[in-house]
Amino acid sequence: MQVNIKKAGKSKGFSAFTAALLAVLLGLVFGYIIMTIASPANSFLGFQKLLMGGFKRIGDVFYYATPILMTGLAVGFAFKMGLFNIGASGQYTMGMFFALYVGFMWKLPDSVHWLVCVLAGMIGGMFWGLIPGIFKALLNVNEVITSIMFNYIGMYLVDMLIQGNATMYISSKTRTSYLPASAQMPSLGITNSSVNISIFIAITAALILFVVLNKTTFGYELKATGFNKYASAYAGMNGKRNIILTMAIAGAMAGLGGAFAILAPSTIAGSSMTYEPVSVIAANGFNGIAVALLGNSSPIGIIFSALFVSHIQRGGTLASLYGYKPEIIDVVIAVIIYFSAFAMLMNAMVGNLIKKLFSKNQSEKILPADPKEEA
Amino acid sequence: MENYIIEMLNITKEFPGITANDDITLCLRKGEIHALLGENGAGKSTLMSVLFGLYQAEKGEIRKNGMVVKINNPNDANDLGIGMVHQHFKLIDIFTVLENIILGVEPNKMGFLQKKEAREKVIKLSKQYGLEVNPDALIEKISVGMQQRVEILKMLYRENDILIFDEPTAVLTPQEIDELMEIMREFAREGKSILFITHKLNEIMAVADRCTVLRKGKLMGDVAIKDTTKEELSKMMVGRDVNFKVHKKTKELGDVVLSVKNIKVSSKIHSNNAVKNVSFDVRAGEILCLAGIDGNGQTEFVSALTGLEKTSSGIITLCGRDITKATIRTRSISGMSHIPEDRHKYGLVLDYSLEENLVLQRYWRPEFQHFGFIKSNAVRSYAEKLIKQYDVRSGQGPITPMRSMSGGNQQKAILAREIDKEHELLIAVQPTRGLDIGAIEYIHKQLVARRDAGKAVLLISLELEEVMNLSDRILVMYEGEIVGELDAKTTTVQELGLYMSGAKRSTAKENENAG
Ligand SMILES: Nc1ncnc2c1ncn2[C@@H]1O[C@H](COP(=O)(O)OP(=O)(O)OP(=O)(O)O)[C@@H](O)[C@H]1O
Ligand SMILES: [Mg+2]
Repeated sequence: MQVNIKKAGKSKGFSAFTAALLAVLLGLVFGYIIMTIASPANSFLGFQKLLMGGFKRIGDVFYYATPILMTGLAVGFAFKMGLFNIGASGQYTMGMFFALYVGFMWKLPDSVHWLVCVLAGMIGGMFWGLIPGIFKALLNVNEVITSIMFNYIGMYLVDMLIQGNATMYISSKTRTSYLPASAQMPSLGITNSSVNISIFIAITAALILFVVLNKTTFGYELKATGFNKYASAYAGMNGKRNIILTMAIAGAMAGLGGAFAILAPSTIAGSSMTYEPVSVIAANGFNGIAVALLGNSSPIGIIFSALFVSHIQRGGTLASLYGYKPEIIDVVIAVIIYFSAFAMLMNAMVGNLIKKLFSKNQSEKILPADPKEEA
Repeated sequence: MENYIIEMLNITKEFPGITANDDITLCLRKGEIHALLGENGAGKSTLMSVLFGLYQAEKGEIRKNGMVVKINNPNDANDLGIGMVHQHFKLIDIFTVLENIILGVEPNKMGFLQKKEAREKVIKLSKQYGLEVNPDALIEKISVGMQQRVEILKMLYRENDILIFDEPTAVLTPQEIDELMEIMREFAREGKSILFITHKLNEIMAVADRCTVLRKGKLMGDVAIKDTTKEELSKMMVGRDVNFKVHKKTKELGDVVLSVKNIKVSSKIHSNNAVKNVSFDVRAGEILCLAGIDGNGQTEFVSALTGLEKTSSGIITLCGRDITKATIRTRSISGMSHIPEDRHKYGLVLDYSLEENLVLQRYWRPEFQHFGFIKSNAVRSYAEKLIKQYDVRSGQGPITPMRSMSGGNQQKAILAREIDKEHELLIAVQPTRGLDIGAIEYIHKQLVARRDAGKAVLLISLELEEVMNLSDRILVMYEGEIVGELDAKTTTVQELGLYMSGAKRSTAKENENAG
């Protein structure tokens, strides 16, 4: 048995998967500790709701997973090339704005209106990812700095543009008006849930990125650059073009996320999702970082980690039934997500720990048979 | 019963697909220099890593002074006085020499670093053993020879008395090698015990007391150096006689393949040019060697020639095409193959598999891709062909992670890739660094075969024997200039040495005057 575990442990995919599971487990343990500190009496039931609640709201789990799946891809894909795309929030917001703009301002046939909105969102995000990419490639400006700046520039710009547009903005309600039905994504028809076909588009996007990374020459170049930029230059790869392309694709993913979020159908007829221009950076962008870390930057891993994060968030809202304040729930969720992501980052350390524990076990097994006493 | 300081008894260590050490026993006496010899991938580094606590053996035991010890990690090894200089150094580039030496054993008073104390100790040690270093230099700015001194000082600083050297001489210049040999003798006189891995039999004959020979993970034997010869050792290790001399036919020279004119390259370290006004031609059917002591501009020259760095001025023409400003890919397509000096920095993507590394220069060609999709079957069969042809040994064949392969086999993978790629000009920088003698023999034959096939070969080597053996023509570089051109058939090692040390110069001045 032990031998089997050991062999399996050596395959790469398996070890990434076990590491992720372990990370999640550690995150949950810490989450539970926080809940116990906050309210010892209810911690068990509350935690149970947190863990299981999501299963009662599968539709919503998928619905809320969609945007963070996209921002997760935006971060993870760039990370494969060694770029830290912290600007997913800005790209997300830009994508959302482009989608909103087309939704309100363009009159198109019903059948294609939402599709064009989605494409516009993708282009918006791509544009906002492209700029840090160009700065990095041509001027060697660190992408972290540019993309943080572009988070703010994007957010304020979008807020300004929306507030200045009478068709899009209802100032008395400080939010955007309702989108026409033709601009909303087709629902999957689950009652009381906004889940819509965007989850399928998101999963398809992840699968496409998986293929790009693992089966194409572009993916080969991208990963080679991420692993060793000197060797990729030595091999004649066009680093500048690849940086720009990668950031554009990453931005497009985040932009799609923003479009999916705002174009989702409302559960109440005659309304829609709305955006409040209140100068806050989109949290979904940052959640994307955690999703990408937990998914080990692999597109397939990111599908699962997005679902997990969404699941915990749904469960968390239910846990408030047991008297937990929403803030505490937020803390617990954040602890679980970020601790898991952090533990994933410490992948190597966790792996070594297991190996060490394991090798101790094994040597103990061998020792009795060892002719040690002879000396 | 003999008194051994270290006994490694019946060590077995397995990796996926391979038994790297199969029931190996090695015993080290106090105060002796014990060489470890074996082909690439024979398991030398693995065995030493077991002793240093980096790997745990599945079977066998280690004793120090007759007592069984358990070495779970390098800290345990350090507590037992065991230190190791790794085949690929483990220094932190952006730290200074001093910081690297004290890393992990920083002297402190209540958590505050006592750098002054450490500095004094380092300076004292470096004086005592003639290991001159600048404690405040950044690792990334100093030569490999210097970096190795830092590694040695690291062991001395920790007061280790069992010292493991894993191929220390592979990266050194002949002068540095002589110095290192002297230092090792000094250590042995002081009663330190040394384990020494090298592929160079001359070094073993010169300093070692005994030699343990491995082949494909198995123990071949353990001999006293005074009772053996180079030939016997090489036969023990490879299982056949090795021919040290390369046979070359005389060869008609063809057209000029590479022509460089008035190349200047600025230096990263000082304000002067690292390469000053270098001009020469390489013709089809010749092996031209650029010889010189390390640090005289060869590295910078090759970087400029291959496109890794920019030239400040001058013209490079390859097969009649001006490539002075061309991209690396264009140079490659125009017929340039490049075996780089630093295999880990440039030559390989360590996190890729062997097969992915073997197509690093050609993945974009129609044979290996179709509309941007990589043809994995074509990659696999191409990799298998090269692995077989060049005898690249690894645990799992094409899918072996490059990082897990032995140093010499990593080098063979690069050689296979670059020699097999179509080229008119093969630039080989230290091509046989870290290879075993059997592999060197094969690679030398391959390089001569390229020449005989009418290709131009530009060889950059620090190894005089290799230079004398392979070259048709030798250019000597000194302080960024070509100071002499020698005919390999008529010159001697002594004459070459004079040019390399700057004591003698000829053509460069004349050229300058003429031009
Ligand atoms: N960490 C590892 N994981 C998997 N396989 C390994 C690992 N380290 C070494 N090996 C395999 O074990 C074998 C022995 O490797 P080792 O590095 O000990 O060879 P070596 O004798 O030092 O060779 P060289 O002269 O080329 O340095 C090789 O086939 C190598 O592929
Ligand atoms: Mg080795």
